[in-house]
Amino acid sequence: MLLRKSTDLTYADVTPKSVYLHRRKFLRDMGLAGLAGFAGERLLDLAIPSRSVYAGSKLTTIKGPFSTDEKINTYNEVTHYNNFYEFGVDKDQPAKNAQKFVTSPWSVSVGGEVKTSRKFSMDEILKLAPLEERIYRHRCVEGWSIVVPWIGFPLSTLAKLVEPTPKARFVSFESYYDPRQMPLGREAGIALPYVEGLRLDEAMNPLTLLCVGMYGETLPNQDGAPVRLVVPWKYGFKSIKSLVKIRFEKNQPPTTWNLYSSQEYGFYSNVNPEVDHPRWSQARERRLPEWFKTHKTLMFNGYGDQVANLYTGMDLRKNY
Amino acid sequence: MHKLLSSKWTKAVLFLLCLGPLAAIIWPFARGYTVPNPLEFIQHGTGDWTLRFLVITLTITPLRQILHLPELIRFRRMLGLFAFFYACLHFTTYLLFDKVFDVHEIWKDVYKRPFITVGFLAFTLLVPLAITSTAGWIRRLGGRRWRMLHRAIYVSAVCGVIHYYWLVKSAVIRPIFYGVLVGLLLAWRAGDWFLRRRRTALANAAPRQSPINASQ
Repeated sequence: MLLRKSTDLTYADVTPKSVYLHRRKFLRDMGLAGLAGFAGERLLDLAIPSRSVYAGSKLTTIKGPFSTDEKINTYNEVTHYNNFYEFGVDKDQPAKNAQKFVTSPWSVSVGGEVKTSRKFSMDEILKLAPLEERIYRHRCVEGWSIVVPWIGFPLSTLAKLVEPTPKARFVSFESYYDPRQMPLGREAGIALPYVEGLRLDEAMNPLTLLCVGMYGETLPNQDGAPVRLVVPWKYGFKSIKSLVKIRFEKNQPPTTWNLYSSQEYGFYSNVNPEVDHPRWSQARERRLPEWFKTHKTLMFNGYGDQVANLYTGMDLRKNY
Repeated sequence: MHKLLSSKWTKAVLFLLCLGPLAAIIWPFARGYTVPNPLEFIQHGTGDWTLRFLVITLTITPLRQILHLPELIRFRRMLGLFAFFYACLHFTTYLLFDKVFDVHEIWKDVYKRPFITVGFLAFTLLVPLAITSTAGWIRRLGGRRWRMLHRAIYVSAVCGVIHYYWLVKSAVIRPIFYGVLVGLLLAWRAGDWFLRRRRTALANAAPRQSPINASQ
């Protein structure tokens, strides 16, 4: 297996958090503008990405494998452009609507075809394994991509603790859903709670990350706090957010987007430039915040060395 | 109210208001804020406002009759042209940034992707309407033919809604909202046409006791 060396990028290079400070200036400007400004603000509110600050706690990490040396997106981009339909379907809505989301106490129940079902509290999860920083490419099915320094450890670490039985062939995942905290979930159009699934060998692949943070801190709410999955060779929607349930299964579990539209979103949903989404091409991608689709999309999002062998002999056009 | 609507200032203020969405779209760029996906931001903004202006334009005629405010007609052409203006911006961002003026790619898209096809049709239908929106063209075509031609806006609005409906991933509630609005506005017209036809028929059938009413 090819282990790519991680680079020596530091946050000083990548994430000017001072970007946030502009919001104060913005508010001051608006104040000066007075009444006219207030009227305008309502209108502009429609257009301007929210600039709220997220107070994450620092996490101590070691450098993990598989990191890319591509330019990391800014924290601002990754926290203000989110698909998290429970908090609204617009990209800027989760940043605004997830701020009051209660993520503590939190626990993840792990069961199904395992020797010992267990419920892990968030504190336990954070101590299960050394936290690794892994800089992954993240490719959305919509045609855009970002590079994110995630923090977590392989999902397999957790799996080994519960000891899957030989009957286990798949793993299913479920997100938290509370309509009172997520009222916009009713307008999402997809069935909630959000569910996802992987084949067991995909789940146990060392790339598959149980993710608890990013940019040196715990996850912001809009990015799937407090714990999520990151499966970098698949389209972003496979990387389920705000996890509460993991089950080892005999049969292939249902997945949310596949339930919504099976001819558009398959169970596998591996990044594949040769298989178009019925409504758009997947050959190229827009690396945010670029204007043009200058990046060619790579097979398995560039992680073929690690995962191509999982699919030998499979027709990836049929198993999209 | 009638005086306010007839004032030239009202039209000027409305004109500036109609530029508001454009300002809101340009604003974050002018201020140097990070817009993570600038193209999508502009496309969604201009697309939303095209549809909104189409709906607003279609509201003028029913409002004139229901509220007895015939002066509203003064604003209809301007609102319709703003719908076309935002449609042009929407179409241009598609051409310029998503396809970089690659004609082959565009035809492939129009042919292969129904939501592009129907959006393209919605836009194309607005072009002759914008061109013939002047007083000169009304005269040249004659009121009756001009009105016939400009009914194309009904088709354009319906295509716009379908375009939106086919493009969203799952949140169909918004395109359905616009669909209901357009549906109501067209239903009102159908109802109005039907009532008027029956009135004319009744008037023609009735003995000539009230020639003044019958001539309407």
